Amino acid sequence: MLKDQDRIFKNLYNDLGVDVKSSQKRGDWVNTKDITNKGRDWIISEIKESQLRGRGGAGFPTGLKWSFAPKEVGSRPHYLVINADESEPGTCKDRDILRFEPHKLIEGCLIASYAVQAHVCYIYIRGEYFIEGQKLQTAINEAYEKNLIGKNAAGTGWDLDIYIHYGAGAYICGEETALLESIEGKKGQPRLKPPFPALIGLYGCPTIINNVETIAVVPTILRRGGKWFSSLGREKNTGTKIFCISGNVNNPCNVEEEMSIPLKELIETHAGGVIGGWDNLQAVIPGGSSMPLIPKEKCETLKMDFDSLVSEKSGLGTAGVVVINKDQDIIKCMARIARFYKHESCGQCTPCREGSGWMWRMLERMAKGEASKDEVEMLGDVTKQIEGHTICAFGEGSSWPVQGLLRHFKDEVRKRNKFDPIVKENKNIPYLVDQHLLDKNA
Amino acid sequence: MSLRRPAKDQPENFEFNSSSLEAAKIIISRYPKGKQQSAVMALLYIAQRQNNNWIPLAAMKYIAKFLDMPYIKVYEVATFYSMYNLSPVGKFFIQVCTTTPCMIRGAYELVQACKEKISKNESELSADKNCSWMEVECLGACVNAPMMQINDDYYEDLNKEKTLKILDKIIKGETPEPGSYRGRVNNEPENNRKTLLDLKNA
Repeated sequence: MLKDQDRIFKNLYNDLGVDVKSSQKRGDWVNTKDITNKGRDWIISEIKESQLRGRGGAGFPTGLKWSFAPKEVGSRPHYLVINADESEPGTCKDRDILRFEPHKLIEGCLIASYAVQAHVCYIYIRGEYFIEGQKLQTAINEAYEKNLIGKNAAGTGWDLDIYIHYGAGAYICGEETALLESIEGKKGQPRLKPPFPALIGLYGCPTIINNVETIAVVPTILRRGGKWFSSLGREKNTGTKIFCISGNVNNPCNVEEEMSIPLKELIETHAGGVIGGWDNLQAVIPGGSSMPLIPKEKCETLKMDFDSLVSEKSGLGTAGVVVINKDQDIIKCMARIARFYKHESCGQCTPCREGSGWMWRMLERMAKGEASKDEVEMLGDVTKQIEGHTICAFGEGSSWPVQGLLRHFKDEVRKRNKFDPIVKENKNIPYLVDQHLLDKNA
Repeated sequence: MSLRRPAKDQPENFEFNSSSLEAAKIIISRYPKGKQQSAVMALLYIAQRQNNNWIPLAAMKYIAKFLDMPYIKVYEVATFYSMYNLSPVGKFFIQVCTTTPCMIRGAYELVQACKEKISKNESELSADKNCSWMEVECLGACVNAPMMQINDDYYEDLNKEKTLKILDKIIKGETPEPGSYRGRVNNEPENNRKTLLDLKNA
């Protein structure tokens, strides 16, 4: 287990208070000036050395992302955008940072803005987190009062303004280009990449977009050194991570742990074990709903980091661990996730808009055992036709959980759905408008 | 995608009152000059708060003029995002999360409670026209499942009995205390905390 002194979010459960003074006692806002005085190149190289990877789901190296920002500010200003549109089912880590560690985030914003030469930072918070947004606004106001942001922020000589922009219940706005569209006051429909936002982003200006957790860990990394951070976890999967353990466990909770912690330890130690004991475990979704589930046999030895989960054909994503025990109907669980994706598709690309609805309807029927044998294969085929054929990664996000179900629980699906193909039996197909086509005597 | 239609009965006119106007001006000042369109989402929220938690078409037309942008663009935004209510909802607007992490911990019991206490179907006003409820997608409080949102507040760690009690209070017009209903502190593992213990006792 990670030692307490190596935990970055010491106020994860709000034992210590959220105002500037108590944050300073925890080490925030202490000598911020000394960090920026070491220069942009030092900050970026230190972040590169820490091997910090983005905490929002894709796991892109943060130092590398920052180095994509143009070195000189041209005619267009640079922007920093913080993605707090946390909507992935199973994930609720950013909410705790917004309400209990806002000053880590604000200080991170200042340092990151300095590193990418931005004077304005927008924090995009999902609309449902209205109370959390207000708490963050209180912290921002406090920081303005103490001159920690604003003109000559914290004595660094850098000017920075931070504004909150509320979303309004669209999951897709967590995708970075959809988020930019949303800030510009449009529908949240993702843009084609390239051009990447680092060159052409918000209002056509260079924009760096980072997750809340990524930015909030930056000040601590720079204080304690990139070497300290990379000594935790393992090569290329370094540092600490907030895991959200939900579902059928005895003590669902958020906990900050070292990267590469075994999944079994995470569940048994922190979450109080699976309801009904470890043997009652059916499957685990390791990284938020868009990552394929992992069956119990593999959970015994699984390590929670980016690379080892990719080798299991899943992913760490946002580290929202959803534990499903044997009392649950796994097909119904996936059907509900498919309904989520059907509801949240932005409607821009046809494969995703139509396919997400197909997958949902097929899975609902499969959960009831009303599908025919060949439809199981057909469902796999539909997922393959969505994946990779859309502008953004939503297509993958909606089809991977279904593929995960088919990969590990195909026997279960087949066992329940034994109908012969409907057309051969000449049954009525309720959704076929032209029933007369089935008439054999015609 | 979800199908969203404006209400049939629409008021003729809509205008910001003075406090809304002030709030709107502050919001617009946050965006660069000439990019006032960015404020449309925040202005729709302001209109929704002013107008009993729903947005009439007149408000969209007003905002379009206010921000000097085409009406269709405002309409697009208002129909795209699910948190803008296009038809009247109750003064107490209850949203029950039923996505998988909540579902496997019994979110449909909460739905049942809403059906018993408020109205048989979702998005339907209760008998006293004060409350309405609907099923929504993940609200981002998965470790506190099952949970629901009433107006801005989150009610967490519920079960059917506790939900019934909360709904009883709301029907009486009171606002129950938000937060966990199993008495746990924020998102800590109940009675099983193994981290940051020195700080807790300090």
